Amino acid sequence: MQIPHEVTARPDTGLYNAKLGIWLFLASEVMLFGGLFSAYIFLRMGAEDGYWPRGLLNVPVGAANTAILIASSVTVVLAWASLKMRKFSQYKLWMGISILCGALFLIVKLAYEWPQKFDHFGAFIKKDALEHYEQYLGNHHLKEKKLPPRVEISGHLHEVEIAADPAEKEKLEVFLKRHDLEAKPDEHDAKLQVVKGKHLTPGVVEDLKRVPGVKLIAFEVALDPINADPTNPESDKPHFWYKGATEKLGKIEVKDVESWSSFAPKHSTYFAVYFTITGLHGLHVLAGVLIMLYLWLPIEGGANMFKRNPEHLANRVEVVGLFWHFVDLVWIFVFPIFYLL
Amino acid sequence: MSTAALTHAPDAHAHDDHHYDPGFWRKWVFSTDHKMIGVQYGVTGLAFLMFGFMLMMVMRWQLAHPGEAVPYIGGLLQTFFGSSAFQPDAKGLPGVLTADGYNSFGAMHGTIMVFFGIVPVAFAAFGNFVVPLQIGAIDMTFPKINMASFWCFFISCIFMLVSFFVPGGAAKSGWTSYPPLSGIADLGPLNHVFMNGQTLWVTGMVFNITASLLGSVNFIATIIQIRAPGMTWMRLPFFVWAQFVTAFLLLLAFPPLEAAGVMQLMDRAFDTSFFMPTGLIVNGATTQWSGGGSPILWQHLFWFLAHPEVYVLILPGIGMVAEIIACNTRKPLYGYKAMVGAIFVLGFLSFIVWAHHMYMTGMGAKVSAFFQVTTIMISVPSVILVTALMLSLWGGSIRFTMPMLFATAFLPMFGIGGLTGIPLAFNAVDLYLHDTYYVIGHFHYVVAPGTIFAIFAGVYHWYPKATGRMLNEFLGRLHFWGSLIFINGIFFPMFLQGMAGVHRRWYDGGATYEQLSNAVVMGKSSIQWNSTMATSAFLLGLAQIPFIINFCWSLFHGRKASDNPWDATTVEWDTPTPPPHGNFTKEISVHRGPYEYSVPGADKDFTPQTEAPKSDQPHVPATPVAAPAH
Repeated sequence: MQIPHEVTARPDTGLYNAKLGIWLFLASEVMLFGGLFSAYIFLRMGAEDGYWPRGLLNVPVGAANTAILIASSVTVVLAWASLKMRKFSQYKLWMGISILCGALFLIVKLAYEWPQKFDHFGAFIKKDALEHYEQYLGNHHLKEKKLPPRVEISGHLHEVEIAADPAEKEKLEVFLKRHDLEAKPDEHDAKLQVVKGKHLTPGVVEDLKRVPGVKLIAFEVALDPINADPTNPESDKPHFWYKGATEKLGKIEVKDVESWSSFAPKHSTYFAVYFTITGLHGLHVLAGVLIMLYLWLPIEGGANMFKRNPEHLANRVEVVGLFWHFVDLVWIFVFPIFYLL
Repeated sequence: MSTAALTHAPDAHAHDDHHYDPGFWRKWVFSTDHKMIGVQYGVTGLAFLMFGFMLMMVMRWQLAHPGEAVPYIGGLLQTFFGSSAFQPDAKGLPGVLTADGYNSFGAMHGTIMVFFGIVPVAFAAFGNFVVPLQIGAIDMTFPKINMASFWCFFISCIFMLVSFFVPGGAAKSGWTSYPPLSGIADLGPLNHVFMNGQTLWVTGMVFNITASLLGSVNFIATIIQIRAPGMTWMRLPFFVWAQFVTAFLLLLAFPPLEAAGVMQLMDRAFDTSFFMPTGLIVNGATTQWSGGGSPILWQHLFWFLAHPEVYVLILPGIGMVAEIIACNTRKPLYGYKAMVGAIFVLGFLSFIVWAHHMYMTGMGAKVSAFFQVTTIMISVPSVILVTALMLSLWGGSIRFTMPMLFATAFLPMFGIGGLTGIPLAFNAVDLYLHDTYYVIGHFHYVVAPGTIFAIFAGVYHWYPKATGRMLNEFLGRLHFWGSLIFINGIFFPMFLQGMAGVHRRWYDGGATYEQLSNAVVMGKSSIQWNSTMATSAFLLGLAQIPFIINFCWSLFHGRKASDNPWDATTVEWDTPTPPPHGNFTKEISVHRGPYEYSVPGADKDFTPQTEAPKSDQPHVPATPVAAPAH
């Protein structure tokens, strides 16, 4: 039983089955990402002034990743063209490069861009306390320039001030030991303790908050450049070169904070939509890499098909190539809306 | 050649694929054969329809007899569904549906009927079984993807069923799952972070949507790519057109809900705020969400799917009814071309009417006006379809076979459903009727005596082809008349209650709202109508028993069916019964339109599509033309 038009095109449509199938699939993918991008627009339009961050992401790294993906789109076409010319070793080379590019993209995303955010701390300040943090926010300066206000202070957690119930002291000590942190009594107020350590990430502080008897009082943060020097005109617009947190410390009292966390999805709708879209895109990249790997490896249905039916293999590469172009295209939208706009 | 459709010589069965034997698992379970997948979808879907209906019978009992234990099976229900859904009554008798149980049964009734009952049966089962046969193809274009589609669907079924038995019970935020209610539901110290009703619901939906996408790609590719030689577009049976448009609706409308499902999953599992507004307070305490999200965003994404979904529910039904009417009136469909045009316009318009479900959200007059206009526009192609089907009856010599009985009953029932929808399209009227039983009555007339009757018609029509046996006529008639009478007994009073202002989500059927309940509509108060509806629901349940018996009994003891028991023209009747793997025992080529019944001058009253024109016969046009009324 042979289904017609598996390899050769149907004359009236000019397509073999899989090529039509992938175009239809891509149409539905457009709607999937369309739904997510409209969510982005909807949430951004609905965001209050100052709640949609700009210039948080590392533009050169993002641009490099964009270049990697575009390059891999070119090499996958070259791989397909090599097969059409029946040049097997060239096919292996170009396909291999495409796979490496895809993998490199994922490595940059998962080993560099994402983890960085999970260590970064950000706190939204309550509206009535904004004035109190003017030195970090520079809202007077922004108002003069008719720019939207800042409502968030971000950077790297340096230390945390807590009030601990002496009765529950043991649990706190166990926690601190487990996370390799140390606590010292505060210099000014004997009732408070200052928790410090190399591993003091926002995630750990969230766990610390749940230790019985512990109440968070204040954060001390190594400020991001924008909060360290808020009136610098350089900070008025998104910067191109990424700058890490400065040495300058700032103190934020928990009672003035509306919500705080690492730059995780729950931090704000911006990070929610950022992680959802880049995560779903990353899954697509992963799928593409796996399929290309399947077609590259010397297995039945993969590269070994070259001997039996080279045209069929070329068709498979064309189909995965179309998918790969789509994944690339999605990134072409993702890059500007998150990194540049 | 001309008799090939009626009788296959025994040796014609001796085909290469006759000895096809993939073994038990590949044949019955992990099959890639479109017919087996169709049957799998059909049986699973029918079982879910029954289950969803049983949930509703329990709810109807609660509405008619608030606070009373379900008789006879109350204890069983309480043991089965647990104490979150059922509790003992004042006398200690087990089996009173709790408020949480009522909410969860209502939400799951909607979800199961729509996504696990009707779509799998009307679209996936009939589509899989009939479409490749009707276009003369040996299978679907992508048999393996077809199997993946079914098993994706099967996984989603398991998620939904399991969710009844986790602490807290199944999802209870309505089938629409509106946030912030659905965002906060089932989250708490007593609920598992993943194994809770609402999270399982969202996860199940993501699998269900994936299954639909795989299926719809396959349907479209099949219809475009592997039609038999001569099966031109305008020779396609109308059912194929209906499935084609339905597949496009699923393909393009479902992904935004998948996106929304992923976002809701993020909200629930990772505390994001896609749909959680700023300053949300639950039980007097602020919540863990950072806020900044929008509940309205969910509604837009949900209804962007769910309105086209309504047409996904009805179009395959209309397609089946069209086939059955043409076959049983022995004349071509009236206005085949207009119907094809109408169904495309309908498909397109269904994408731009979604916000008429959202008049109450305060979108503003201009947006409302836009959706009001498009909603009224979409009634035009709908009316074209129904009118064409009605006119097809005119002048026909109608055979009231079992499928035809259901198909003719479909027309007025769907008509009532459609016409009662028109007032809802108007913003001003909808503000009053929104969330009342009027709305429930409207869409149930479309899908219950509408689509489900079409499904029954389809089952009676194609059962002989699938199994080789006819369904019993007497049991069928018992099933039909019982269903027709009692289904109206349930849904018609809903219009009366709705116009009196009875809200759709009241747990006690309105007993606490004395003013409304005492308002007399057509001789009865709302409360009294509740008991009429409950009784009708139980009797409707009873009326399904002949069908279930018939379905199982006829499998082994039914009258043997010939290859073409209805004397139909379309290609699916041109195969052995039941069709073997690979479907056809001869080369199929199509020479004429789908509905050449009673062609003047022909030697019999139907001319199969595969029959080659005789050279001395006058040229027969490729597309059917309405025969003049006699």
